[in-house]
Amino acid sequence: MSDDTDMLELPLGAWHRAKGARMVSFAGYAMPIQYEGIMAEHLWTRENAGLFDVSHMGQLILSGEGTAAALEKLVPGDISALKEGRMRYSLLLGEDGGVLDDLMVTATPTGLYVVVNGAVKHQDIAYLRANLPAAVDINHLQDRALLALQGPKAVEALARIVPGVDRLFFMEADLFLWGEVPLWISRSGYTGEDGVEISVPADQVEALADAICQQAEVKPIGLGARDSLRLEAGLPLYGHDMDPTTDPVEGNASFAISKRRREEGGFNGAERILKALTNGSARKLVGLSVEGKMPVREGAPIFAGDAQVGVVTSGGFAPSVGAPIAMGYVAASHNSIGTPVEAEVRGKRVPLAVAAMPFIPHRYHRRGASK
Amino acid sequence: MTRYFTDEHEWIDVEGNTATVGITDYAQGQLGDIVFAEVPAVGTTLSKGGDAAVVESVKAASDVYAPVSGTVTEGNDALADDPALVNSDPEGAGWFFKLELSDPSELDGLMDAAAYKAFVDSL
Repeated sequence: MSDDTDMLELPLGAWHRAKGARMVSFAGYAMPIQYEGIMAEHLWTRENAGLFDVSHMGQLILSGEGTAAALEKLVPGDISALKEGRMRYSLLLGEDGGVLDDLMVTATPTGLYVVVNGAVKHQDIAYLRANLPAAVDINHLQDRALLALQGPKAVEALARIVPGVDRLFFMEADLFLWGEVPLWISRSGYTGEDGVEISVPADQVEALADAICQQAEVKPIGLGARDSLRLEAGLPLYGHDMDPTTDPVEGNASFAISKRRREEGGFNGAERILKALTNGSARKLVGLSVEGKMPVREGAPIFAGDAQVGVVTSGGFAPSVGAPIAMGYVAASHNSIGTPVEAEVRGKRVPLAVAAMPFIPHRYHRRGASK
Repeated sequence: MTRYFTDEHEWIDVEGNTATVGITDYAQGQLGDIVFAEVPAVGTTLSKGGDAAVVESVKAASDVYAPVSGTVTEGNDALADDPALVNSDPEGAGWFFKLELSDPSELDGLMDAAAYKAFVDSL
């Protein structure tokens, strides 16, 4: 357990404690790991709606002449083509094409709204400043909090207090008013469920969190369930499943390399990354199903016979699957779906099989999807 | 029968030269939902303070230490099918293992219920 005195306080810190949260240090902040229990919170979110405080994440506005084109040198997504109110998952690339962070980029009337991971936000900002031209202004929105409301009932619950929010489809965003409070809301999230993320002035976040939690479908949910939900959804956790030593192809994020960018290149590490797209990479992040009940966790080596062929980067018990699951890097020779491998846990071999991700189907509210 | 406690949050019930070991209610509350427990095989020799069993919550794996030295005479097989017994009845049906003490004098350093309660209150 961490020493409380080292932790920075988020705008909702006292609110979490009043709700009975157990606080832990995460990304340097005191954050709620759980309220009533990870299992119950996880299952509640899959059935109803969970409110997550993700205010530790960095919210930036990049603006100025040529911002999109300049950012494209550092990310492999088609940023120039983003229409206002549309967003894209992308990756911040180091000079060698290694992943420095994963992020969301949204085109807004005031510039590109970029959300980066809390643990690396300061180094991201320094890297962006050093690698974007002076004409690009970087505004770190430190006076804003960020909430995620996730689950099949999230949007109907929010629409009751923020009318009209239900018109957004997955990966769309717009400005809404809650009374007189401006909320930047996107239909996105990191649980595999439908839901929204809400950027709100920090001095209004407590009132908003209260109003949202007054809806019968909503409970506050901690980081523990956030982790198990994203693992079941097959979504990588930066710093664990991806880091500066992995490129986007290895990290199972080829989908984030837009078509035009594949044709034109012009981003950090393009040569290495485009080559890997064509030829495949020596290792890849894959899902792993686990035989038996013993969880297989981050750091466990993966073997095929006597040869180590990979390593687990995330793993744990998956409440909605009802069994342990994991993800990890496995060599090309052993990473096709269904391949049996073994993890070593406390000196024992645990049978695994390379599995398709997500483990639990995504239930996003996509534009044009039949439903 | 006498119950002792350790500062690693194990309890140990001692009757003559045999003892039953589990983790305390406080410990299960800290761990949260238990999804897996691994108990030592019969005949395993344990030394005081050494790794004896493993308990895993959704979030993390934790070691259960041997409160005293001895030889394992029984593991709680019920935990394999229902590890949540450690949450629902940590100081009863959720016991981990029984052992034959090799050095009963090691019990002298352990806490009684009142001392353990004071210890937990201080955390």
